[in-house]
Amino acid sequence: MSAVQTTSPPPDDTRRRSPMAEVVFSLLRSKTFLVGFAIVLFWVACALFGEHFAPYDPLADDIINALAPPSREHWFGTDQIGRDVFSRVIVGSRDILTVAPLATLLATVAGTALGLLTGYFRGIVDDVVSRILEAFMAIPVVIVALLAIVALGTSKTTVIVVIGLSFAPIIARTVRSAVLAERELDYVAAAQLRHESAVHTMFVEILPNVIPPILVETTVRLGYAIFAVATLSFMGFGIQPPSPDWGLSISSNYGMIGGGFWWTVLFDALAIASLVIGVNLAADGVHGALND
Amino acid sequence: MSLSLVTLFLLSIMVFLGGQVLPGNVGRAILGPFADQRAVEALNHTLGVDRPLLTQYATWIWNFVQGDMGTSYIFRSPVAPFVIGALGNSMKLAAVAFVLVVPIGILGGVIAALNLNRPLDRIISLGGLSVTVLPEFVTGIILILIFGVWLRWLPISAAWPKDAGFFTQLYYLILPSLPLFLVLFGYIARMARSGMIEALDSDYTRTAVLKGLPWRTVIWRHVLRNALLPTITVIATQTGYLIGGLVVIETLFRYQGIGSLIFTAARGKDFPMLESGILTIGIVYAVATLIADFLYSVLNPRIRLGSD
Repeated sequence: MSAVQTTSPPPDDTRRRSPMAEVVFSLLRSKTFLVGFAIVLFWVACALFGEHFAPYDPLADDIINALAPPSREHWFGTDQIGRDVFSRVIVGSRDILTVAPLATLLATVAGTALGLLTGYFRGIVDDVVSRILEAFMAIPVVIVALLAIVALGTSKTTVIVVIGLSFAPIIARTVRSAVLAERELDYVAAAQLRHESAVHTMFVEILPNVIPPILVETTVRLGYAIFAVATLSFMGFGIQPPSPDWGLSISSNYGMIGGGFWWTVLFDALAIASLVIGVNLAADGVHGALND
Repeated sequence: MSLSLVTLFLLSIMVFLGGQVLPGNVGRAILGPFADQRAVEALNHTLGVDRPLLTQYATWIWNFVQGDMGTSYIFRSPVAPFVIGALGNSMKLAAVAFVLVVPIGILGGVIAALNLNRPLDRIISLGGLSVTVLPEFVTGIILILIFGVWLRWLPISAAWPKDAGFFTQLYYLILPSLPLFLVLFGYIARMARSGMIEALDSDYTRTAVLKGLPWRTVIWRHVLRNALLPTITVIATQTGYLIGGLVVIETLFRYQGIGSLIFTAARGKDFPMLESGILTIGIVYAVATLIADFLYSVLNPRIRLGSD
C-alpha cells in the first residue's frame, strides 16, 4: 500500500529507522519543538492536575482581601472579590485547553474530508466548492462567531463549532493541494485499475500519504484556535463565569486597569501569550521535522 | 475581484440567516417571554419579519443598496447615521495602524533580508513572528500596562475629549493602533523579507550588479520593485484580519468604531444594526481587495487589467 518515497539513508547512518521513528528523532533534536512542547506540557499538566497544587480554591472569594497586590500569601495578588489570582491562572488553562483542541479536531476531520473530495474528483464540484470555501475564508472568525452566537446562543459547543467550521476550509485547501499531487502517482492508478471504490482510494490509499501536511496544518491551526478561543472568551462569548478562564478573567478585570490593579490582568495575559507561543514553537518544530 | 463579490454575497446570506432567520421569533426576542402573543404578532408584522424569506432578503438588500439600513431596535432611529459615524472612527484607527505598519513592516523585512541569517535578521523574523501570533487583546493589555499605567505616556482609553483637534485625536489613537500594528508587522515583514530574498537571488539582480550599477540603484530600481509585489497582496488580504482585530481592540479601548458597534448590537440583539454593520464591513473588505488588485496591476506591468 505504502507509496511513500523513502529517501535512502545517508551512507554513514548504519542503523535504518522507520519513517515514523525518523520524524520522532528529528523532533527530539529540534530545540524549537522541545521548548514549545515543554510550555504546552506545563499548561496541560495545570489543566489536568491544577487544583491539586494551586494554593487556594480558584473560585473561593474573600472580600476582605479583595484587590490585594502580590504578596507572600498571594503570589499574584487577588482579584476584585478576593480570589487568588495565582490559583486562577493555574486552573484557568482547563477550558481553553478543552475547547481549542476539540475545535481543531473538528476542523481537521471536516477539512480533510473536504480536501480529499475536492482534490480527488476535481471538475466542476471542486471549482464551485473551492470558490465558496475561499470566499468563506475571507470572513474573520470573530464576525462568524458574533453571528452564530446571536443566532444560537452562547455555549462552549457553539464556539467549538464556529472555530471548527471556520478553520476547516483552510485545512481543506492544504489537503486538496497535497491530494492533487498524489492522485497522479502510480499507486492511485493501480487502485483505480483494481476497481477500488472512490471512497477506498481516497481514504485507504491516498489519506495515509497526505498525513504529514495534515499534521503540520493541524498544529498550526491549534495555535490559531487558542488565539480565537481566548479572544471570544474575552468578548464574553463561549466560556462563561465563574470559570477562571484567562480571557474571561481579563475581560472582567481590565475595567479597573486605570486604578493600577495590574496584577488582575497581567498574569492572565502572560499565560495566554506563553501558551500561544508554545504551540507555535511546537508547530514550527513539527513543520521542520516533516519537511526535512 | 469576483471572489470578493462571492464573499460579500456569502456574508449577506450569513448575516441574513444569523440576524433574521435563526433567532426565530424576532418580536418575541425583543419583547421578552412574558409579552402578550398579539403584541408579538403585531410587532412582527410591523417589522416585516412575517413575510416569506426571499421577499425579506430581497427587500433588505434593495433597501441597503439605496442607503436605507433600517431602524435600530434599541435606539428607535435610523441605523445609517450610527454605522457611518462608527465606520469613520474605525477608518481613523485603521489608518493610523496602516500608516505605521506598512512602511515599518516593509523596512523590517528589507533589513532582515539584507542581513540574511545574521542576528538582526533573527531578531526581526523571530520577534515579528512571536508578536503576530498573539491575540490583539493580550498585546493590548500588556501595552496598556506599560505605556498607560506604569509610564503614563499615553491615555488608556481611545475616547478623546470633545472638539479634540487632529493631533489630540492622533495621540489618543496611538495606543489602540499598536496591537493591530504588532499583529500585522510580522506578516508584512515576513512577506517583504522572502520577496527580497528571491529578488536578490535573481538573474536580473546579478545582471544589474555585473553591469556596474551602484548598489543603491540596484536595490531601489530592480530589487524592491519586484520584491514588494507579493507584499501588496498580503497587505490587502490582511484587511480581513484587521477588521476582526478592530472588533476586539475597539471593545478593549472603548472606542466608538464599527467593531464595537456590531459587538454592542450583537449583545443587545439589535439585528438591523448588527446586519448593516457587518454588511458595511464586507463592502469595505471588497473595496480594499479591489484597490489592491488595481495597485498590483499598476506596479506590475506584466499584468494589466483587462489585457486578456
